[in-house]
Amino acid sequence: MTQPNKPINRRDFLRDGLWGACFAGLAGTGAVLASKSSQQRFVWQIDPAKCTACGNCATFCVLQESAVKCVHAYQMCGYCDLCTGYYRPEPSALDTAAENQLCPRGAIIRTYVEDPYFQYTIDESLCNGCGKCVKGCAAFGNGSLFLQVRHDLCVNCNECAIAAACPAQAFKRVPADKPYLLKGQG
Amino acid sequence: MLMLSMTAWGVQRFPPPQFESGYQIPQTTTPMPHPPIRDVIDSAVFLVALGMASWLTLKKRSRKWIVGLMLFSLFYFGFFRNGCVCSVGSIGNIALAAFNSEYTLPAVVLVFFLAPLVFTLFFGRGFCAAVCPLGAMQDIVLIRPVRVPEPLEAALRLLAYVYLAFAVLFAATGSLFVICRYDPFVTFFRFNGNWNLWVLGISFLLISLFVGRPYCRFLCPYGVILRQLSRISRWRVKITPDECIQCRLCEQACPFGAVVKPSKPLPPAENARSKRTIAFLIVLLPILAALGGWIGSAMHPTLARAHPTVRLANRIDAEMAGLVQGQTDASEAFRASGQDVQLLRLEAVSIRYRFWVGGMMAGIALGLIAGGKLIASAVPVVRKEYEAHRAGCFACGRCFAYCPVEQKRRIDQSIMNTK
Ligand code: SF4
Ligand code: SF4
Ligand code: SF4
Ligand code: SF4
Repeated sequence: MTQPNKPINRRDFLRDGLWGACFAGLAGTGAVLASKSSQQRFVWQIDPAKCTACGNCATFCVLQESAVKCVHAYQMCGYCDLCTGYYRPEPSALDTAAENQLCPRGAIIRTYVEDPYFQYTIDESLCNGCGKCVKGCAAFGNGSLFLQVRHDLCVNCNECAIAAACPAQAFKRVPADKPYLLKGQG
Repeated sequence: MLMLSMTAWGVQRFPPPQFESGYQIPQTTTPMPHPPIRDVIDSAVFLVALGMASWLTLKKRSRKWIVGLMLFSLFYFGFFRNGCVCSVGSIGNIALAAFNSEYTLPAVVLVFFLAPLVFTLFFGRGFCAAVCPLGAMQDIVLIRPVRVPEPLEAALRLLAYVYLAFAVLFAATGSLFVICRYDPFVTFFRFNGNWNLWVLGISFLLISLFVGRPYCRFLCPYGVILRQLSRISRWRVKITPDECIQCRLCEQACPFGAVVKPSKPLPPAENARSKRTIAFLIVLLPILAALGGWIGSAMHPTLARAHPTVRLANRIDAEMAGLVQGQTDASEAFRASGQDVQLLRLEAVSIRYRFWVGGMMAGIALGLIAGGKLIASAVPVVRKEYEAHRAGCFACGRCFAYCPVEQKRRIDQSIMNTK
């Protein structure tokens, strides 16, 4: 310890050894992780079989307007005149008056197709994914309305904030090239 | 039960109509997420930025250029790419992938996690200087830095280690990604978010006006790893590549307290005392580790509640024991799905066990780190000149302009260039 040079050399030696160990460690970690990784990207989606339309999707998304919207599986729809996804229970008339509608945003457009059928379309710019219509449709209709993460809006958070708040654990990571879990498609 | 389980899924009650007017049934639209090529572009931009940052901090040595690259990164990785993927948050994905075989790690996340570590091992923290959008956000708003007293700084820094330990624990158990959830600046990058995220972001920004890079210094869990690698990096930022003349002009230059003074070896009497202190602290080390491990494992029932399955199992048990009234959304959904309570309990038990093990490991690690820091603080350092602290320097390049030797070197260089 009396010669000032010695400890410094020892220090350098230690440092070199440590450096090598760290480099090897990083390379090893990289190799192990690379074996667990894939080119495939994943995005968040709701499994409609699990979703209970609890309403959290409207409020827990990190975006002010939720990226979750109601979508319609038209081929399952009954095109009912009295749509229980569109109308509140016991509507005063089967018209498009706001007080009769279930949707708080007036986001469902009802259009006449042919007697006695009506088409229901979601205006996604108005929908906030609250799921009221989904509940109504599932309870008394065919269950053709359901909620999905819309990937033109979703910023694909590393961890979806709604997934963490979903009481039914209905969110999952799905491959980005098949980003929807649609109802009525087998 | 069957009725209940059908509430959200629905049943085909009315047959789809046979249309006579030639009406075409519309298709459900499926707007696609951004194409995979974007990941490749992001990774490439990231690697180029890292390379440039290393060159700018070590060779070009120009604060102006560093700021330029920093602004580019802030706009590209921050505002353009919405702050995601980010190296800091990637810790969560890495921990999950390491402990959970069902999770597939996207390759782009691996690049963002690993590349800055490798670069730091060679070139120091150029990543923090000019690539990390979180660091950039704090760096550009710093107008009036106040000095944080060294002991306070050292104590606050321990927070980052605690944060890292818990972030890994929660991610590895599949509970939540804490770092992403409480990312203070992602709200700005998305320019969208609910009000508590805005409050978090704005308060961090306000603190950053006066305290240089508070998130980086006291919280950033990725910074913890970078610090250690930077200690042994092959090359590093120097205040001047020439000899320090100890003019003290750079003493106050660093807003992050990373310019450290020269120090002499201790006189023999004090040296002996410091040796005794170190011996005492080394004996203390296993005690601290044991204490940490004990606290960590004792906390496991509380920690485990971060996992939704454990929360649900706790709730169902409480409901069945009549301890609580009514149902939550979660317990209602669970009952409606008709799953087995016993299976749920078993799953919760295994998750709690993982928290017991993980909590103990995190505690031991934190105990060792705290002890190690104490020992390190008692070891006398001999420093011949003013220098940028190996671990703490963000390579921001502010101190270069304070050094008269460096100024002279620059002038000489420009004369050389014009000749
Ligand atoms: S939070 Fe879950 S259960 Fe609630 S509406 Fe969204 S997906 Fe459905
Ligand atoms: S009721 Fe809610 S989910 Fe349905 S369309 Fe309206 S806003 Fe969207
Ligand atoms: S990933 Fe983010 S943006 Fe997308 S639905 Fe979830 S919280 Fe909203
Ligand atoms: S310390 Fe963390 S937040 Fe700060 S610049 Fe470095 S990686 Fe980014």
